[in-house]
Amino acid sequence: MTPTELKENTRLDPATGEYRVIAPGQTFKSVTEKIVRIVLTPTTPLGWFALFGVAGAVATVLLAAMTWLFLVGVGIWGITQPVAWGFAIINFVWWIGIGHAGTLISAILLLFKQSWRNSINRFAEAMTIFAVVCAGMFPLIHVGRPWLAYWMLPYPNTMTVWPQFRSPLLWDVFAVSTYATISVVFWFIGMVPDFGTMRDRSQNKVAQYLYGLLSLGWRGSVRHWARYETASLLLAGLATPLVLSVHTVISFDFAVAVLPGWHTTIFPPYFVAGAIYSGFAMVLTLAIPLRKFYHLEGLVTERHIDNMGKVMLATGFIVAYGYGMEVFMAWYSASHWESFMMWNRMFGPMGWAYWVLITCNLAIPLTTLWSRKLRTSMPFMFFISIVVNTGMWFERFVIVVTSLYRDFLPSAWGTYRATKWDYMTYVGTLGLFTALFLLFVRFLPMIPMSEIRMMLPGAKIGPKITPKTTAKAGD
Amino acid sequence: MPAREGTYGLLAEFDTPSDLVRAAQQARNDGWRRMDCYTPYPVEEAAEAIGFHRNKVPLITLIGGLMGLSAMFAMEVWVSVLAYPLNIGGRPLYSWPAFIVPAYEWTILFAGLSAAFGMLALNGLPALYHPLFNAPNFRDGATTDKFFLCLEALDPKFDLVEAKKYLQSFQPISVVEVEY
Repeated sequence: MTPTELKENTRLDPATGEYRVIAPGQTFKSVTEKIVRIVLTPTTPLGWFALFGVAGAVATVLLAAMTWLFLVGVGIWGITQPVAWGFAIINFVWWIGIGHAGTLISAILLLFKQSWRNSINRFAEAMTIFAVVCAGMFPLIHVGRPWLAYWMLPYPNTMTVWPQFRSPLLWDVFAVSTYATISVVFWFIGMVPDFGTMRDRSQNKVAQYLYGLLSLGWRGSVRHWARYETASLLLAGLATPLVLSVHTVISFDFAVAVLPGWHTTIFPPYFVAGAIYSGFAMVLTLAIPLRKFYHLEGLVTERHIDNMGKVMLATGFIVAYGYGMEVFMAWYSASHWESFMMWNRMFGPMGWAYWVLITCNLAIPLTTLWSRKLRTSMPFMFFISIVVNTGMWFERFVIVVTSLYRDFLPSAWGTYRATKWDYMTYVGTLGLFTALFLLFVRFLPMIPMSEIRMMLPGAKIGPKITPKTTAKAGD
Repeated sequence: MPAREGTYGLLAEFDTPSDLVRAAQQARNDGWRRMDCYTPYPVEEAAEAIGFHRNKVPLITLIGGLMGLSAMFAMEVWVSVLAYPLNIGGRPLYSWPAFIVPAYEWTILFAGLSAAFGMLALNGLPALYHPLFNAPNFRDGATTDKFFLCLEALDPKFDLVEAKKYLQSFQPISVVEVEY
């Protein structure tokens, strides 16, 4: 055997032939040290500063775009009649979809007892929260007078006006705010025991004090752990229907309208699958450089990348079914408007966007992700993740813009052209997201230590009684 | 400020979860009740061993969820029928199917918050001071790689010398006295 083959073999589990979830030879101590050292190091890697500088600079672009928006109004964007929902709604749906993979990993895979998810669940959840931060901003700034956004909430006011509970747009307010709240709570509760570890491992007084506060005084009593495990399971059980409902409600925003291209019953499942598809792509975009940069190959192994590739393959096919159904219904409905919409979407002036989406979401990933060799190749998976994220952005562009700009009456047709402010806002949120994620990686434990410890061989409870002389000295 | 003086308990340190579970099981069988185990990750067997089988988190979550459900549904009906009736596409004022979605979201919101904060409250957290943190070896291992069994002084069987000897019989790494 050549040395590379030997090395390869230790990464494979002989029992299953699959890649191992955790590289062999890890102990409670080594795992803890590995994860804690990333945060409690006195020297921040230069690469982190460089990236944070770039991300911060890009986020500044968002600040500039927002300032101008607040001063002038939404007229600075490309939105007009008939395309009143432009980049803001595209980006809202794109970002919140990305967030969904984090909840899927932390909640649904927990319920299915997929313990391989333990290594990636913390940063996937962090990704969810930062994606929701970016997403939540868009509807607020899109309302035109964001300082009055609280009018969406039901509260007693001097105008004696109340919200209209039959509108999917109001349902969105409750769906997204609940999603943001529950995601933050789930994330924080998950980190409490790890904050305890950080408090106990740090040598620095300030760090001890801050992590001590965050840990809420966690001391690892098994009674506490039992309630904690119940609460985690319940939160996972609650987050699962929640995450499915959030993108369903968002798809109602479209599906409830009578517009051809929006008015379809396929939207809820197709939106949810698309959300998970793009979200897993974003997890890969983050995980592949992270494991390399922080040398976490022993904890985030080829198995994780491989499994995420499989999930993407499955959700990619659901998305493909959605696209196919849209085309089929355009023909089968025998509706003139539906078939024109489809023709216009494919071959109209913005037809190129449709073909970008088909290439990025179907042609490239769904032909290549079948191969395990490619699924475990880091450069290829990173490439695929970028491709799918691009494709999913174009999917939302196609749904929003190509349905709106040519509806029923040709006299009402128009076009859509995004302005530099649209692009600045979008690119700015990418910077904000990256900056928040870098702060998370630097200051919080990015891999759940307590959950990794549970999977180590040392956690096995040995046979009940090994005859030891247990003299009853206490009696 | 410590509320009490004297000894909180005796803390035995173990290297493996199996040793801890065995010791806890034995102590329970020998009649000890005021005791607790401390582990760096959830060890269900240890909770079972000290006789902790059920908890109230699910009940609290259920109550929270029902409160969220009824609060939102009641508000929707009150707003749509009484406070601000609007004719939306000729639909009835009490159009309950449309009210399901926000009520569903609030069920999850209240249930989730109840699960999280209920768990913390039942655990007595946040509690930034605890006598165990006075033990010299506790913070070194309890959240990293060591397993602890604490026999508390409140147990009627507790006697400093005897209990120490008893814990030694499990061959732990160390047994230390924890002060308030």
